Amino acid sequence: MSALPRAEHVDFGYRSGSLRSRFASARLPLRVLGVSALLLGLAVAVAVAAIRYGDYPLTAEQVLSTLLGGGEPFHRIVVLEWRLPVAIAAVAFGALLGLGGAIFQSITRNPLGSPDVIGFDAGAYTAVVVVTLVVGSGGTWSIAAAAIVGGLATAFAVYLLAWRRGVQGFRLIIVGIGVAAMLGSLNSYLITRADITDAMSVGFWSAGSIARVTWSSLTPSLVLGTVIVLAAIALSPALKRLELGDDAAITQGTRPGPVRLALLVLGVATTALVTAAAGPIGFIALVAPQLARRITRSAGVSLLAASAMGAALLAAAHLLSLLIAQVYRSIPVGLITVCLGGLYLIWLLIRETRRQAGAPR
Amino acid sequence: MTAHPPRLVIEDATIGYDQRTIAERLSLEIPDGSFTAIIGPNGCGKSTLLRALARVLTPSTGRVLLDGKAITQYGSKEVARRMGLLPQTSLAPDGIRVADLVARGRSPYQSLFQQWRSSDEQAVAEALEATRLTELSGRLVDELSGGQRQRVWVAMLLAQQTGIMLLDEPTTFLDIAHQYELLELLRTFHDEGKTLVAVLHDLDQAARYADHLVVMRDGSVVTSGPPAEVVTAELVQEVFGLPCIVAPDPVTGTPTVVPLDPRSVVR
Repeated sequence: MSALPRAEHVDFGYRSGSLRSRFASARLPLRVLGVSALLLGLAVAVAVAAIRYGDYPLTAEQVLSTLLGGGEPFHRIVVLEWRLPVAIAAVAFGALLGLGGAIFQSITRNPLGSPDVIGFDAGAYTAVVVVTLVVGSGGTWSIAAAAIVGGLATAFAVYLLAWRRGVQGFRLIIVGIGVAAMLGSLNSYLITRADITDAMSVGFWSAGSIARVTWSSLTPSLVLGTVIVLAAIALSPALKRLELGDDAAITQGTRPGPVRLALLVLGVATTALVTAAAGPIGFIALVAPQLARRITRSAGVSLLAASAMGAALLAAAHLLSLLIAQVYRSIPVGLITVCLGGLYLIWLLIRETRRQAGAPR
Repeated sequence: MTAHPPRLVIEDATIGYDQRTIAERLSLEIPDGSFTAIIGPNGCGKSTLLRALARVLTPSTGRVLLDGKAITQYGSKEVARRMGLLPQTSLAPDGIRVADLVARGRSPYQSLFQQWRSSDEQAVAEALEATRLTELSGRLVDELSGGQRQRVWVAMLLAQQTGIMLLDEPTTFLDIAHQYELLELLRTFHDEGKTLVAVLHDLDQAARYADHLVVMRDGSVVTSGPPAEVVTAELVQEVFGLPCIVAPDPVTGTPTVVPLDPRSVVR
């Protein structure tokens, strides 16, 4: 074998490996893969650690031995029936939210893009309020259905309002913010008409908590979530082509209109799924892709790294909410993510302003 | 011209955006192996024509033929392996590096499971070398100069390994030295047998580098042919409204446009 000509190998400027076989080939950006694996491991570890805490505290040994098949019967109920679905939800829902955010930020080419921004949460909230007022504060399933229908209808309306010879990212965000603000005032009005029990129940729902997740609500979410993830993997090459602009995407063999619509549906579906099961959990979708991008130094937004980061963030927020409950009182995880997300947003806005105010270079 | 049938033909096409028609009943053949330059005044429909050839715009009447077959009858990746476009403006993802962006040009050859064959790496390496970017392959695209960045986009198009390359005003944002550097690069592609179609603003550059000119005005083709036959003082006066003389370029002998001094003409 003679030496390969110089033009055989490409220096990408970072460590990457190649995988080649008859059936598959891929370039492996090692940093993205390594960071993602680390974050996912962290998410699982944190979620398992969180199983210890609650009204009936357990020790780490008790949790582990129960998870591994031993343990007392009562511990088995606490760990396997009550807390394990919540732990799985923390990881899976976090990953889904991160994925949805990554899809939206990639399509809109804007770090402010996320499914909540195009009015999904506000629309879901409105529908839940209406259903609670009409049906009464009962059924989990009717509220889940209302959240999905309301959220999807709002997202669809925003999409249509932003439509002008195709949908452009920035217009989508601006229209979404406007529609969400209008729905917000409608929501406030509806609450003033509600009686105190209905208002309370809507209030609890809107705080967003994975503590209410059970096996029966988790299983369908996991099945649908898997479908969403597979579809996102199948569409990810087209998503990468769209990043270069529509003209380049077309000439590389993509039809931007249908692909973008399919991706928007996927992105909204991630939030719909989580909102139906746990109520609105804000900011994970917004924060995870950008944090992941900074750590992995990837080009554009990486779906994998954003999902891993989302899982780690939600698992951490979940553990934090349980730890706060130990010393104070229980705070729903949705309120924690909103708090931390608000800090992130302030930091993002300050940084963008500084950068525009004539930073060097 | 060559005896081969034209690779790219537009027939009787009406092209426009929404209700606004830019070009009506337009027909044109791109000769196989030619370096075709489309020239004409601002807003005459040059870019529109190129975008229709690249199927970014779909004509409302008529059709585009690629290698003798209607372009709509191909799979979209199949077209992407025969014909590529350098758009007027492209968007680079944040924080992307040179080789990563060039590698994006391989996407028409990739599938869900085959993402990085050795042929992909080979094509990217060759494209980097041809555009003299091998040394810069690990750099961030944002950190490059305008001329280097345009070479990266050209390299991405080159990595697509298409026989036909369409270029929409490739020299517009470059200074004069980088304009000629890019045109020389295009000439090497032409010498290798590729068919090039470029929208150019500068008549002298078009006449110097292209072997086939298409002259447009108000959405229709005024004339086409070899630069030496097409570029005349009458044509420039008619199409651009610029009184001039056409003289041979002292270096290459190709026609160059020298505008008359309006003050001395009037007096």
